[in-house]
Amino acid sequence: MIFSHQSFTRRARGGAIALVAALALTACGSSGPNQGDGTAGASLWATTTGDQPVIEQAIDQWNSANPDSPMRGDFFSSDAYKPKIRTAIGAGQAPTLIYSWGGGVLTSYVDNGSLVDLSGFLSENPDIINRYLPSVLQNGAVDGATYALPINKVNPAFIYYNKAVFTDAGVEPPRTWDDLLKLVPTFNEKGIAPFALGGQSKWPSLMWFEYLVDRIGGSEVFDRIAAGEPDAWTDPAIIRAGEMIQELVDAGGFIDNFSSIPSTSGSELALMYTGKAAMVLQLSSQYQTMKASAPDFVASGDLGYVPFPTVEGGTGDPGFLVGTPSNFFSISSQASSSQQETAKTFLRDSVLNHDYVQGVIDTGAVPPIAGIEDQLAGSSDADFLLDVYDMVRDAPRFQLSWDQALSPEQADSMLTNLELLFLKQITPSQFGDTLNGTL
Amino acid sequence: MTLVPRAIKRPRKTFAKTGSLAWLTFPALLFFLTFAALPLLGVVVLSFMNWDGIGAITWAGLTNWISLLQDPVTGSSLWITILVVLLSVLVQGPISLLLGVFSAGRQKYRAVLSVLYFIPLLLSSAAVAIAFLSLLDPNFGLSAGLGLPFLKQNWLGEPGLAMGVVIFVLAWQHIPFHTLIYQGGVRQIPASLYEAAELDGANRIQQFFQITLPQLKYTVITSTTLLVVGSLTYFDLIFVLTGGGPGYATRVLPLQMYLTGFRSNDMGAASAYGVILAFLGLTLALILQRLGGKSRQSSQLEGQ
Repeated sequence: MIFSHQSFTRRARGGAIALVAALALTACGSSGPNQGDGTAGASLWATTTGDQPVIEQAIDQWNSANPDSPMRGDFFSSDAYKPKIRTAIGAGQAPTLIYSWGGGVLTSYVDNGSLVDLSGFLSENPDIINRYLPSVLQNGAVDGATYALPINKVNPAFIYYNKAVFTDAGVEPPRTWDDLLKLVPTFNEKGIAPFALGGQSKWPSLMWFEYLVDRIGGSEVFDRIAAGEPDAWTDPAIIRAGEMIQELVDAGGFIDNFSSIPSTSGSELALMYTGKAAMVLQLSSQYQTMKASAPDFVASGDLGYVPFPTVEGGTGDPGFLVGTPSNFFSISSQASSSQQETAKTFLRDSVLNHDYVQGVIDTGAVPPIAGIEDQLAGSSDADFLLDVYDMVRDAPRFQLSWDQALSPEQADSMLTNLELLFLKQITPSQFGDTLNGTL
Repeated sequence: MTLVPRAIKRPRKTFAKTGSLAWLTFPALLFFLTFAALPLLGVVVLSFMNWDGIGAITWAGLTNWISLLQDPVTGSSLWITILVVLLSVLVQGPISLLLGVFSAGRQKYRAVLSVLYFIPLLLSSAAVAIAFLSLLDPNFGLSAGLGLPFLKQNWLGEPGLAMGVVIFVLAWQHIPFHTLIYQGGVRQIPASLYEAAELDGANRIQQFFQITLPQLKYTVITSTTLLVVGSLTYFDLIFVLTGGGPGYATRVLPLQMYLTGFRSNDMGAASAYGVILAFLGLTLALILQRLGGKSRQSSQLEGQ
């Protein structure tokens, strides 16, 4: 026989040695950035978006001014970052400063005790609170305590439109939902789709729904959903918004085959700037995308933008905004107290200081900071940036997109069922009933 | 024929002196245990736990399994997975076989074509998905580029069309691999069989069905096993191409597992999906091996 007794014991011994070796290797690998080194050197993780150079510049400035407590930055693509940061926090390997989008994920970190409550730090440094636009800052709070501070730029959604197409048709951009409905046949008769929609990506459809629900029933409707109140998804405002969406689909308000159009490929915007569609509901960050992909169109002044229309009889505030208020930094509770101090000082002195704000503005975005009109006015996109700034400054509330604000599990169910609603495969009340099951 | 017994006898003597041949499997066995068996066991255990990826792991008992079995998405994704497996086998199997036979020929143009066929295999699934996403764009994709209006369809918005697109793109990407397997299989068939058949007056088609196909029996089983088990785990391409949509129309079990684990952060339920997938894969692989018959080790070239 091949498996003699002797060879078996020898095999077992060899196995034991290999196992010990493997364990030893694992042990070596587990000393993470925050484990036991006791120094004040802190670390941050962020994503490789347009702000990376701005954050890197802040780190460089910090490190040359504070050689005893250096800051180390690592940047990841945002899709890779989301699972990575969660795994790192679960494994006790989190960086000192944790980059996030706020919302449901932030809440789960807070519930787990992974983050430091910044309320005390902020009450000692009221100037930090005062520098932010309030509608953005409130997104970093969980149960009344602040755990996250905004670090980059506001990104609200509104309607972009092609002025040339509107002039040709002799019409004005919509102020109310009725205006919008009246525009639909006008454009369809000319062979132009009233609205482009990147339905394949799902979240562009969600922005329509978020705005409609808020315009109809106010922000309390979503607050009840977020609080998990029973039957919150069958609120009359939700049902009415679902009906209005399907009415608009029936009327041909959205471009044909919208659920085959991904938002990432840029074709959603291209439909609008090539005049195949008259309007598109998108985030303010898409302005820079269009500037890069259709510079002539943007330069010609044909790019217009208006807030999402109001709904007659609705109780929502017309200044309400939805989108991504900002990205945020939180401090990990796993970090040593000296690392936490370093991180707090870094947040106070290096993040969104004058140079940092200028850096964000130079990328063509609006930082969530009060009183920066002069800096914005000096930008090459001054008109657009000032309009966005005014919109956010005057907003009574800047709601984080629901797919981020809710728990990820609810978000998945919501986006999938919303797609079915847009495709008219389910009715608004079926939509509400299904989602009530996720509360 | 005398070669065979000698080949077996000689090593047996040598091993008695130097120790067991089983030692040679040890590194592979250790890797298998550490990176396949142990995690699998961990997944089974985790399917009875509650874990959100960051907090404490707590005992859940059967709650994950019960809620999973009650969730309509589980049933639909299981059915869609089986559909994807079946359609993939039906589409990819015959095409790969024919292409494999074709490319096994020694003609130069066939070698050139084989290289061309091979290209999709070199691309990552995500890249393939993004490329097709752009090609299928109803406004700026193939329909606009080629001026063919019938290509302007709601490819990813109609459940049936979306499934067809998924099957097509999966086939486009994976056929080269199976073609390669068949090409190797065909080239192993002794030319003497064909020479004998030609003398007997068999035409090309008769040769294909009487010689090529029976001789490829085990290649078919190997390729089909890889195809079935592989299509059980298709995930990345579907994730990028349709995201499982429209609605749940192309949400296969691996995708449901990923979304549950890494989007919804419910590692317990995701592990339960993983157990179902592993069980399904092992069962199907076992059935296919059985189909090969017990005489699997016997030579196909007997009498040669």
